[in-house]
Amino acid sequence: MPDGLLESVRKIGEEVVRPAADDVDREARFPAEAFAALKSAQALSAYVPRELGGAGLAIGEVARLCETLGHYDGSVAMIYAMHSIQVACIVHHARDTAYFRRYLAEVAERQLLMASATTEVGTGGDLRSSVCAIELAGGRFTLAKKAPVISYGREADDLLITCRRDAASPAADQVLVLARRAECGLEEISGWDTLGFRGTCSSGFAVSARGSAEQVLPAPFADILSRTMHPVSHILWSSLWLGIATDAVQRAHAFVRAQARRTPGVPPPSALRLAEVDTVLQTMRSNIAAALHRYERVLAGEAAQESGFRFAIDINNLKLASSTLVVDIVGRALLVCGIEGYRNGSKHSLCRHLRDAYGAALMVNNDRIAGHNATMLLAQREGAKDG
Amino acid sequence: MESQYAEKIRHIVVQHGRLAVPAERLAEDTDLYKAGLTSLATVGLMLALEEQFNVEFTDDMLGRQTFGTIGSIAQAVAKLVPK
Repeated sequence: MPDGLLESVRKIGEEVVRPAADDVDREARFPAEAFAALKSAQALSAYVPRELGGAGLAIGEVARLCETLGHYDGSVAMIYAMHSIQVACIVHHARDTAYFRRYLAEVAERQLLMASATTEVGTGGDLRSSVCAIELAGGRFTLAKKAPVISYGREADDLLITCRRDAASPAADQVLVLARRAECGLEEISGWDTLGFRGTCSSGFAVSARGSAEQVLPAPFADILSRTMHPVSHILWSSLWLGIATDAVQRAHAFVRAQARRTPGVPPPSALRLAEVDTVLQTMRSNIAAALHRYERVLAGEAAQESGFRFAIDINNLKLASSTLVVDIVGRALLVCGIEGYRNGSKHSLCRHLRDAYGAALMVNNDRIAGHNATMLLAQREGAKDG
Repeated sequence: MESQYAEKIRHIVVQHGRLAVPAERLAEDTDLYKAGLTSLATVGLMLALEEQFNVEFTDDMLGRQTFGTIGSIAQAVAKLVPK
C-alpha cells in the first residue's frame, strides 16, 4: 500500500474523526468533516485502478483502511466501507465499458461518494428479489424504487440501485443501475434514530431516477453479488467491526495499565480479563485475515469460487462470527473498564462501541444468513477446506 | 439420449425452482436464471433431482453451467446416471 494513504487516514482519524465522533453519534448526523478530510486525502478512490486516477489498492489494503477508521468512529468506517463496496462492484464488473471507465475516472477526480439501494419495501430484506423494474426507451431509463434504508442517501453523490431487468422479468432477474445524483429524486419515507451506527444516516427513501441506458451494469446482479458485493461486504464490514473491537480492547488495556501503576508488583484482577479478551480479539482478526487471503486468491484467479457453495458459506461464516465476536469483545472490554466504560464521554467510555457493535448482527440479519447456510450446506458434499 | 430426462426434469424445475414462468413456457434452452432461478433455489432443485434419478451431484456441478437450462440439467443427469 502506499503507506501514504494509510498514514493520512490514521492522521484524519486522530485529528478529525475521533474529535467529532461523540457529536456525530449524539446528533445522528452525517460525519461531514470526516468525509471532507477523506476526500482531500483522495481516499474515496482507493480502489479505483491507477490508470483511471485512483490509488489502485488491493482489497486487503482497503480493508485496513476500514479497520483503521473503525478505531475512531464506527459510522465513518461503515460509510467508507459501503462506498468502497460500490466502487468494487463497478471496478470488477463494469470497468470495460466506456461509460464506467469515465465514471471511475470521475470518482477519482471529484472524489464522489457512492451509496447503495439494494433493499426494497415489499421484499422483506431479500437482496435477491426486486419489485421495481427499470424501464428502457430510446437509450434512456427511468426507475422508481421504495428503499426502506439507504445509508447516507441524502449525502451520497450517486447510488447503485438493484431492480428487475424489465417489467416482464421475475423478481430474481435483476440488474444493477448507477443513478447520478443530478438525475435522481429522493423523498424521505422514514428517519434514522437508532441504537447505533447513528452517523450513517440510513433513512428510507422513495427514489425516482432516470439516465442513460449505459448506466446499467452489464453483468447480471446475481454475478455481481456472488463475486463481489457479498464477499467484499462481509470482509470490509468485518474489518471495520475489528477496528471497533480493537479500540475497545485498547481502552480496556489503557484502563488496566492505569490500575496496575497504582499497585506495582501486583497485577490488578482486571488484567486477567484483559488477557482473555485479547485472545478473542486475535480469533476475530485471524478469521478475517483467512477470508481475505482466500478472496484475494479468488480475485487473482489462483482459487476457484464457483465449485459448489463452499466459498459463499465461508464468507457467511465470517460475517456470522465477526458480528457476534464484536459484541462479545466490546462486552468483555466493558467489564474491564467497569463504570468508567459505562459512562458517556469518559476516556474509557465504551457506550458508542457497544451500541454500534449490536448493529453488526442486524445488517443483513444473521438469522437470514444462517438460514442460507443451512440450505447451502445441504448441497455441499465436502467439509470445510481451503479453496 | 438426454431428452428422455427432459420431461421429468421440467416437472421438477416447475415444482422446486421457484420460478415466475409457467411450465409450458419453459423450453429446453430457456435460461432458467432469467426465469427467476436463484442459486439458493438450485439446492432444492438438486435434492429433488438426486431423489428422482438416484444420483449424486458433485460439488463442481453446482453452478450455472449445470442449472442454466433444462437441457444442461439433462446433460448433467445423463452423465451421472449409471450406464
